[in-house]
Amino acid sequence: MKHTDEEELFAYREGEMTGREAIAAHLQDCGECRAELERIEEVFQALNTMPVPDPGEEYGTKVWRLIADRLPDHRPGRGANWWAGFFMPRRLMALGAAAALLVLAFYVGRKTGPKAGGEEIVDAGKIRERVLVVAVGEHLGKSEMILMELSNAQPAEAGKNLINISTAQRRAEDLVEENRLYRQTALNGGDNAMASTLDELQRVLMDVANSPAEVTPAQFESIQKRIAAQGILLKVRVVRQELRTQEAGSKPAPAQNDSTAKARNKA
Amino acid sequence: MADSFGGYDAGGISDAVAVQRTLAGDREAYRVLVERHSAYVYRVAYRMTGNSHDAEEVVQEAFLRAYQKLQQFAGNANFGTWVYRIAANYSIDRLRQRRNEDARREAPSRTAEGESQIDPLSQLKDSAPSPERLAGSAQLAEKMREALDALTPAERTAIVMRHWDGCGIDEIAEVLKSNNSATKNTVFRAVQKLRQALQPFAEGRGAARAVAES
Repeated sequence: MKHTDEEELFAYREGEMTGREAIAAHLQDCGECRAELERIEEVFQALNTMPVPDPGEEYGTKVWRLIADRLPDHRPGRGANWWAGFFMPRRLMALGAAAALLVLAFYVGRKTGPKAGGEEIVDAGKIRERVLVVAVGEHLGKSEMILMELSNAQPAEAGKNLINISTAQRRAEDLVEENRLYRQTALNGGDNAMASTLDELQRVLMDVANSPAEVTPAQFESIQKRIAAQGILLKVRVVRQELRTQEAGSKPAPAQNDSTAKARNKA
Repeated sequence: MADSFGGYDAGGISDAVAVQRTLAGDREAYRVLVERHSAYVYRVAYRMTGNSHDAEEVVQEAFLRAYQKLQQFAGNANFGTWVYRIAANYSIDRLRQRRNEDARREAPSRTAEGESQIDPLSQLKDSAPSPERLAGSAQLAEKMREALDALTPAERTAIVMRHWDGCGIDEIAEVLKSNNSATKNTVFRAVQKLRQALQPFAEGRGAARAVAES
């Protein structure tokens, strides 16, 4: 007896009409193929065992809070430039002085006196690069401070059942948004090594931002362990040091060059 | 239960009306859509990406993109389905990006050891615990998580859309930017890989059942 192969059985399970009657007839007579079909079915049953966390009843409100400021001011689909959202006042506030400097850098770059060939464009590019280096450096500095504070704090103070981390939490919330923008900028600029570090940092910042405002000593210790396990503090320090070196150089470093990315990869 | 905000009752207006009002410049109407569909999009994104961090990013990005493209939304389709597709598209981008980042991180140590490309699935099988150790649904769930992580982004997206969300092959093909025949193969390949990865556990359960029945 010719057995039905795995692909045919899968197609049969999926409701495929081709050869359906013949397969059904075969299955009635063949215990081996019925068992094979059952084993395929078990895979789908097993898929249902994978738990998905419940985001909670207030999740929609939280998402709205996170995205409301990032929606463009104009009506949807009114053809504003993709970068328009970047210059929204509230976003500028979130990014702080760094973003304002970025705008300035564009302006200065444009106003640089006319020079021969493509020199003007190169200069503007260098200024933008330097401003970004400063901005990301500051962002990493702020992140490092929060991580340091959390890492060095005593998890269980005498007589305290709960530890208030609301200040660190609020700062982490602000940094999550900033971090996301810098990561996207790094990705767009092809600096995948930087993007990867910022991605890891984002996970840790989100961990802190999503924790309760008051945690038990055990929960606090768990946050500390997560920070330590990812080694993110060291990575942030290394990248920050590298950016400082870049910033201190008399000439701005070439934008997103290979050696920089390689150095970060090593880090 | 209906939540009230900004003068709207979340259960009070339909998606179609909320879309029309948003297009007319009423941002609060978009809030209704975000609050109504966020949890569902999160569950989809979590299954596709396998972690809360990426899932949350997918949710936010999906609603931002949906807002920007709202005029393209025909209006005769379901808003939930539409934002679902945007989330699925972004999830697959995120999975590919993460895979590239992981590969880059692992690349130096591999080349240093002179290893050729390693099939994550074969690694999974090699390190698979014995059937005796894999007892209970918690282990099965963990094993399934590993097996899903070992799928390619296209395979993972395909199996999530097909199994959990009951999407048709043509819908999945659209997200994968592929044709129907290739998409069917992708779903099948995903099932095959999951089956291989779960085999020790399935055999263990089969053996346990046989013992119980004898």
